[in-house]
Amino acid sequence: MWHNLATLLRYRGLIQSLVARELKARYRGSVLGFFWSFVNPLLLISIYSFVFAVIMPADPKAQTSPVAVFMFSGLLPWTWFSASLLEGSSALISGGNLIKKVLFPAEILPIVTVLSNMVHFVLGLLILAGFMVWNQHYPDWNELGWFPVVVLIQLIFTVGLVLLLSALTVHFRDLRDLLGNVLTFWFFATPIIYSYKMDTVAGFIGYFRWNPFFHLAVSYQEILFFTGEFGHLKWLPVMAAGSILTFFAGYWLFDRLRDSFAEAV
Amino acid sequence: MATPAISLTNVTKLYKRYGGRQFATLKSALLSGDLVKKLRPEETFQALKNVSFDVAKGQTMGVIGRNGSGKSTALKLIAGITKPTSGVVAVKGRISALIELGAGFHPEISGRENVFINGIMLGMTKREIQQRFDEIVEFAELTEFIDAPVKTYSSGMYMRLGFAVAIHVDPDVLLVDEVLAVGDEGFTHKCLDKFGEFKRRNKTILLVTHSLGLVERFCDEAVWLDHGDKRGQGDPTRVVGAYMTDVERQEEQLLAAGDAKAKVDAGESTASAKPTGPVDAGEIAADMSRATEGRWGSGGVEITQVTLQNDHGETTHIFHTGEPVTVKLNVRASKPVKDFVFGVAIFNAEGVCVYGTNTDIEDHQSDTLDGAAEIALVIDALDLVEGTYKLDVAAHKLDGAPYDYHRLLYTFRMKSRIKDVGIYRPKHSWKFDGGVKFRLKT
Repeated sequence: MWHNLATLLRYRGLIQSLVARELKARYRGSVLGFFWSFVNPLLLISIYSFVFAVIMPADPKAQTSPVAVFMFSGLLPWTWFSASLLEGSSALISGGNLIKKVLFPAEILPIVTVLSNMVHFVLGLLILAGFMVWNQHYPDWNELGWFPVVVLIQLIFTVGLVLLLSALTVHFRDLRDLLGNVLTFWFFATPIIYSYKMDTVAGFIGYFRWNPFFHLAVSYQEILFFTGEFGHLKWLPVMAAGSILTFFAGYWLFDRLRDSFAEAV
Repeated sequence: MATPAISLTNVTKLYKRYGGRQFATLKSALLSGDLVKKLRPEETFQALKNVSFDVAKGQTMGVIGRNGSGKSTALKLIAGITKPTSGVVAVKGRISALIELGAGFHPEISGRENVFINGIMLGMTKREIQQRFDEIVEFAELTEFIDAPVKTYSSGMYMRLGFAVAIHVDPDVLLVDEVLAVGDEGFTHKCLDKFGEFKRRNKTILLVTHSLGLVERFCDEAVWLDHGDKRGQGDPTRVVGAYMTDVERQEEQLLAAGDAKAKVDAGESTASAKPTGPVDAGEIAADMSRATEGRWGSGGVEITQVTLQNDHGETTHIFHTGEPVTVKLNVRASKPVKDFVFGVAIFNAEGVCVYGTNTDIEDHQSDTLDGAAEIALVIDALDLVEGTYKLDVAAHKLDGAPYDYHRLLYTFRMKSRIKDVGIYRPKHSWKFDGGVKFRLKT
């Protein structure tokens, strides 16, 4: 396992080019091209803003105004997470031809999907910055230093989960369909389009704490949106430990099943 | 022998079938909590059975065998794509495997970008690719199209580019799986030249191919795999010879079985057709091109057995171009007959009559036939090109009314190492004069 991890480092050049290829290939042939990376979240956020600011405005106590900035700070990391899981879980199957014919570490394929979705996430941050300027709502600059740490934790967590899922999906194709449903459930079980500061949420806080993405979403919102101190900081070590544990669990299972991929995909 | 570059020791490969696993199994696997253990296969297939061979550094080894004999599995094991179930595979040096060309190409992006990604996948560094880029593109003959997306390439262009990248990895060990069929003649020669260059630079090549001529011309050694067993190893000519003999033996069995079946079928139809009396000969002739196998006739003379014999007098169904062939008919007349002709015709697979003759047109006037007799058509040299042929044999009256007509019931196969085309292979040789020069083909 350690040896394989070291091999992975040697292949970082390949990961880099594959991520670049993924991004280039995705929008090749479409008129708006790379702008879709911006248009997709923009459309999404405009609908959410309309629904939650006009149709059913949130309780002012939840402090979710301006709603676009609030939602975007939770929605962007979620989109990165869920898209990575959905694409990554079938990465080995769609790359089956490669695994069967070319000798290279198979974990590169799911990792590349996570990374290319991360690039979209980073681009999305530009839109978020645009909304911040537009609404004159800025984050606390001294808290912003924690932002890359949270991103790193999410990256490690997502990679671990994707490795686990992609390895299992090779043998149990049902996981792909199952995952879509689980993610919908997971999305609404996480305070992204509603605020964790609402009283109704506080009643269930004990359950929410078992949701790993709850901690990520709250961290992002406290850093990027809510004024006041980064109260969720105390959870950061637990999150870091959890994501590293997830990574090793995922990688361990991936490594155990590695030899079966070339034959089972 | 020098140190082996590739070494297989008692290698066995079991393929597992994970088929038929349903969601219920995942649930139970999750519930019982031993997922990894549950991934045990229900069925296995032995692709390689205790195979050992070495390839010395700088040698070119040909791997031959029928489909499903384990050739590609051996190659994948050597390439490290799959692991042996038991035994040891050891390879010294950088490997490049020409297994599936362009396997990693992404259709949407340009040839140029694909060359880089494919090159990195195959183990080259970015700088190495940059240095060899022009060479690769030129080799693939794609200079004009290199910036077009790969999805616009023809399959030949795709393969050429894949081949060009793989061959420029500059490996110590090159694994080639049946890829020489990728381009036109010119490109194939270029590939062979490239292989020749590899040989001169003392690189090791493992070549899996069905092209036996290539193995004989090009390889220093050959291995013959059959159903996962190693059947032979050594001098290419000897191993290829042994392999071909085995293939012929199997074909022979197949053809013999086919003949027996045809005879049984035809025998049944004659039994019911006999009382209807003779069939009009003119009608048969008109219908010749569309005719299918069968047997008919009045039965006054019966052809009891038809055998094909080679020059050693052995009954066989496989002949080599130019070999003597004897077509022997065992016939029987229950009552003495005065009016009879025996004929033989050879048809090729397209149904074209290659040759036909009978005793009458070759000036044998019938006199008497009583009881059992043996008629043989002796062909000194059957100069047909490679292919499958069928025989018509017949006993009929001078006016054409058949006693016993066997239509396309007997099959034989011509084998030739020369892939010439057409039907007939006249005895010939080439002569050159003046300012023309040839060299031995490699």
